[in-house]
Amino acid sequence: MKRWLPLVVFLVLVGFFAKGLFLNPREVPSPFIGKPAPDFALPVVGNEAMVFSPADMKGRVWVLNVWAPWCVSCRQEHGVLMALSQSQTVPIVGLNWKDKDREAAALLAQQGSPYFAVPDDVSGKVGIDYGVTGTPETYIIDKAGIVRLKHVGPIDGEVWKNKFEPKLKELGA
Amino acid sequence: MIPELGHFALIVALLLAVTQSVLPLIGAQRGKASLMAVARPAAQGQFVFVALAYACLVYAFLTNDFSVENVARNSFSQLPEVYRITATWGSHEGSMLMWVLILSLWTTAVSVFSRHLPDDMVARVLGIMGLISVGFLAFLLVTSNPFDRLVPAAPDGRDMNPLLQDWGMIIHPPMLYMGYVGFAVAFAFAIAALLSGKLDAAWARWSRPWTTVAWAFLTAGIVLGAWWAYRELGWGGWWFWDPTENASFMPWLAGTALIHSLAVTEKRGAFKAWTVLLALIAFSLSLLGTFLVRSGVLSSVHAFATDPSRGAFILGFLAVVIGGSLVLYAWRAPKMVTGGAFTWFSREAMLLANNVVLLAAMGSVLLGTLYPLFMDAMGMGKISVGPPYFNAVFVPVMAPVLFLMGVGPLARWKEASLPDMASRLKWAFAVAVVTGFLLPLTLEGFNPWATLGFFLAIWIVLTGLLGFRDRMKNGTRLTSLPRAFWGMQLAHLGLAWGIAGITLVANYEQERDVRMNVGDHTSLAGYTFTFQGTTEYDGPNYRAARGTIEVSQGGKKIATLHPEKRIYNASGMPMTEADIHPNFFRDVYVALGEPLDDEAKSWAVRVFHKPYINWLWLGAVVMVIGGFLAASDRRYRINVRKATAPAGAVAQGS
Repeated sequence: MKRWLPLVVFLVLVGFFAKGLFLNPREVPSPFIGKPAPDFALPVVGNEAMVFSPADMKGRVWVLNVWAPWCVSCRQEHGVLMALSQSQTVPIVGLNWKDKDREAAALLAQQGSPYFAVPDDVSGKVGIDYGVTGTPETYIIDKAGIVRLKHVGPIDGEVWKNKFEPKLKELGA
Repeated sequence: MIPELGHFALIVALLLAVTQSVLPLIGAQRGKASLMAVARPAAQGQFVFVALAYACLVYAFLTNDFSVENVARNSFSQLPEVYRITATWGSHEGSMLMWVLILSLWTTAVSVFSRHLPDDMVARVLGIMGLISVGFLAFLLVTSNPFDRLVPAAPDGRDMNPLLQDWGMIIHPPMLYMGYVGFAVAFAFAIAALLSGKLDAAWARWSRPWTTVAWAFLTAGIVLGAWWAYRELGWGGWWFWDPTENASFMPWLAGTALIHSLAVTEKRGAFKAWTVLLALIAFSLSLLGTFLVRSGVLSSVHAFATDPSRGAFILGFLAVVIGGSLVLYAWRAPKMVTGGAFTWFSREAMLLANNVVLLAAMGSVLLGTLYPLFMDAMGMGKISVGPPYFNAVFVPVMAPVLFLMGVGPLARWKEASLPDMASRLKWAFAVAVVTGFLLPLTLEGFNPWATLGFFLAIWIVLTGLLGFRDRMKNGTRLTSLPRAFWGMQLAHLGLAWGIAGITLVANYEQERDVRMNVGDHTSLAGYTFTFQGTTEYDGPNYRAARGTIEVSQGGKKIATLHPEKRIYNASGMPMTEADIHPNFFRDVYVALGEPLDDEAKSWAVRVFHKPYINWLWLGAVVMVIGGFLAASDRRYRINVRKATAPAGAVAQGS
């Protein structure tokens, strides 16, 4: 029976490969999908007296974009978000993550802000609550405050059209 | 028009490949000489048409024909000419076309240098290689046509991936593919032997030089890839256990086992079934590597084509080729009776141990590479397996092989005497152990990994020298030793040299990340680095900030380095271009990080001192030379002359 062993091993491998073809290795599932968005209350960049909390958004579908002034791909994404904020009705909240050098306010003043509000997570603690592994990451949160979608990496026109738009439509944004 | 010509040439090549496989295989089975005679001209014709298709693709890239989708996606009007040529294999479609081109090149080489082989053997070998070609040509034409038009044409291209715009990338892929695809020859010989049922030592002798040459190319390709990563990625690392690197390393491990096992089969008639299986495994791993890289089942920095339909096609092809060959193997295995008996302490036994350990090492790499896929497929979560796993498993597994490398070549075939060997080797062993312990103490104190590395390197060198002494005992001069012996020794010594380099650089490298303003100094390993600021610099298809860093040692200036931070025009991709001052004993390596203020006066700078890293590359060069030397040994050629002389033909060297 020994002589059939290589074939058996190979067939098991083929089975895994066939299954693997239909999995996306880059898709990191968020355990928060379908769960309430973690709550927080953070001061807002540009207006330290104001505090933003997800509870403020109850009853609206909204987008949470985790970004940072020091992040190169966030700058690429910035232009896309600017265009979206002009054409879309969905509010985009920009969680300013680990901005230790305090650059966000100046940057947004200079390049324009696509954001509805910019909560300031300087310690990065809220990011940890959301399971952020790196910027940029973007979530869709529905009217009841449930996380519906997570996207890792910068958003471009294609990602928005294929991934975000259908989900937003489904949620009635 | 030219791209359509290329497309048409591919279709003709496919038809020729079908002819090349079907007719000769039937002919060989039925003993019809007329059908078998089709193999050679069909193989050579196929090569002509594949080369024509490739020339058409090169032409489309050189003339910036952005109406071809492949060109529009992977080239750019400002791209320098040499990179427009290399961009032909920078894309998925182009690299698959190169796969086929190199396969048909090997096939043609077999068709030319096989005059001494029996006709049915040649017909079968070329037929099998034709079948492989059919699969890949069909894959190209069905899912990955490199000549697809883009309507309307793009005004300009999206540029080649900036990472690949480096001259290490000009030669790395062709070398790697020469190796990968070269194992197809050993595979075809093994299948031909299984089909004919004549599993004697002859097929081992015939496939040996081919396998050794493929192995030498693969070695060169892998090391060039590591060298490219070292220079281009800007992290100073040269091996990352990335799935794509593993995909090329696994066939190398299996191929290394194969060339050793072939030696036993040829010389002693032993391990017949095992050698056949290794030949199948080595090429199967090449195909598997192609599947892993092309299908996107594993995420990798290299995976530039991820498309399930392509993956499904390659997987189907894989199942047919590998599955079919393993069925054939299982069916024929009982016919393979092992020859010459040997005892547990003999050269055969050592080579068997070498084989088992090399395959275990290959298995550990395979497991680490596929583990994330297994977990994901069974719904057990997403995990990634990184360098800590591979370093912890691979190094201890490989150490016994390297130790055996010292003993094996000195042991006698059939039966060696343990006391005799022990007395011959005791001095080499003692010197290696003592130096292995003392050397780290003179550097930075006791370090077990450094001790292991030094011990193995010195052990291999000393036992290699003993091998030369043994051969020269009866007055043979160095120059009259056979090339096979020289080849083996050089390959082993090259590996020892590389191990010494790896041990030194892995244990004693130093790096420092610093913030530098104009005029700032930093020092590392006795060198002083002075940052003299950056200037704007316009490359052909990028803009760069070009730093100037003066390196001095003991107050004496030894080099001025210019690392760059580039932004490529078409893609907007930022790239770090390191600059290196190399010499025989060390590299001084500097890379620019990010500008730390708005006027770009202050930069994050990364400096490395890499002791003896160049020994790694030099050792690899010696290994490759050894491989080619071994493959050119006289006895493979004598065979040819004997066979062709009566026919009055010109002798063909292999």
